[in-house]
Amino acid sequence: MSSDLSDLYQEVVLEHSKRPRNYRVVEGHNREAAGHNPLCGDQLSVTIKVEGDVIRDIGFQGQGCAISKASASLMTGAVKDKTRAEAEALFERVHKLVTEGPEGVDIEALGKLAVLSGVSEFPARVKCASLAWHTLRAALEGRGEAVSTE
Amino acid sequence: MSGFDVQKVRADFPILRQEVRGRPLVYLDSAATSQKPQAVIDAIVRFYQHDNANVHRGVHVLSERATEAYEGARETVRRFINARDSKEIIFVRGTTEAINLVAQTYGRKHIGPGDEVLITHIEHHANIVPWRMLCEQTGAVLKVIPVDDRGELKLDAVDALLTERTRILAVTHVSNALGTVNPVKELTRRAHAKGIPVLVDGAQAVTHFPVDVQDLGCDFYAFSGHKMFGPTGIGVLYGRLERLEPLPPYQGGGDMILSVTMEKVTYNRVPHRFEAGTPDLAGAVGLAAAIRYLEDLGMAAVAAHDQELLAYATNALESVPGLRLVGTAREKSAVLSFMLDDIHPHDVGTILDREGICIRTGHHCAQPVMQHFKVPATSRASLALYNTQEDVDALVRGLHKVLEVFK
Repeated sequence: MSSDLSDLYQEVVLEHSKRPRNYRVVEGHNREAAGHNPLCGDQLSVTIKVEGDVIRDIGFQGQGCAISKASASLMTGAVKDKTRAEAEALFERVHKLVTEGPEGVDIEALGKLAVLSGVSEFPARVKCASLAWHTLRAALEGRGEAVSTE
Repeated sequence: MSGFDVQKVRADFPILRQEVRGRPLVYLDSAATSQKPQAVIDAIVRFYQHDNANVHRGVHVLSERATEAYEGARETVRRFINARDSKEIIFVRGTTEAINLVAQTYGRKHIGPGDEVLITHIEHHANIVPWRMLCEQTGAVLKVIPVDDRGELKLDAVDALLTERTRILAVTHVSNALGTVNPVKELTRRAHAKGIPVLVDGAQAVTHFPVDVQDLGCDFYAFSGHKMFGPTGIGVLYGRLERLEPLPPYQGGGDMILSVTMEKVTYNRVPHRFEAGTPDLAGAVGLAAAIRYLEDLGMAAVAAHDQELLAYATNALESVPGLRLVGTAREKSAVLSFMLDDIHPHDVGTILDREGICIRTGHHCAQPVMQHFKVPATSRASLALYNTQEDVDALVRGLHKVLEVFK
């Protein structure tokens, strides 16, 4: 495998895409949103239980490529028990990572999400990596309409 | 293969001589857009270098030459699809515009509340959305011919769907997502038996086999230049003269009028009535060059190459573990849509791209087809006259790499 390809499909990414975490509808959720990538037809939904300002539980469901599933799976792990502002800050970091690459990004603060760094070498795949995050943001903002990567 | 030298054909396409991602380019996305032979590129360059001027207006030599080239291109198109009269050839931007033109002229004139527009389940969006829009504008109803699991139309259902309220049947000649070749001659016969006109979307057909609009008997036939080795931004609507002549104009301005006062406009005759504004002159010239290129090769030889390569590719792909072809119609053109295990087509596309192999992944602007087969997307390799068995072999090797990554 070429090196940029193995950066994209790192072991952790493949593992999360095969066994996505929190692949479920959150019981008693009070926030939800649907996301859609019209380019490929991928769709996912995110359900969240928010208490006060804190994301107590989060799940996702849907269909997508390895990158979008891994990104969604890693996201659910990363934002659980975080405040809205912390989740938002994480989204900003992830977005910078997948669009511009690891330089200038606080990799430590990203934790496992750092495995998405390979995406920046594949501009056509940025939308796959960010779909779940846009959907999370829509859910937190309480927007009823489905979000789209377009 | 007799009479068809694919290596010689490849040499006519300069873009194929390059390496991408450090490997020889393998281009398997011609259903999205085809590559252009040097003859087409040269024709466009020559037009701009020697003949460029606006058409039908100027009294000077360049305008005469440009008019001759543009109207000559119309005649070339007429010959290519065997229309009776070059007035039946309207230059448009592409298939999509051609279908919109018919929906918004024929459709607006003849279709009202409760009337029915009949399409098929395997149309791409360009032959769904203009009709959906028309139905919303007029209160007409969109009806759909169903498809079976091979991707063939359920012909048993057609006669019942052609009702006394059906005002038009709009059907693709070849499905871009599945490769299915529809029996449009038979469908036209059945529709005409009930007095219903037929539009055929030929975007994926004209590049693969000979098309004769008189033999098909259809009323309208739409196709694009860029899928048939010509430039982008130019396409053709063929319409039988008796269908076109009573139609109102589509867009206003430029050459589509005979005279204008502030009180009254007199519209030009067909085809000019439907060619508002300055047309894509160089595009028409390039399209004519593409047609001459195809005619020199011979469409029968092109079709034979297509079928031979399709058979080879079908066999080769079926040998890949976990691969499932989507669309296995008995009459098929050289399009191979497939799923590979449960690996998402976007992942397949990215890994093949790193091997220098260009395929299409996604819903191919044909989401209802994807819904029928219960897949969000497919990987699609589409073949053209410049593809070889080696290209197919490279694809198979690439797919094995995909399986390795995801094992």
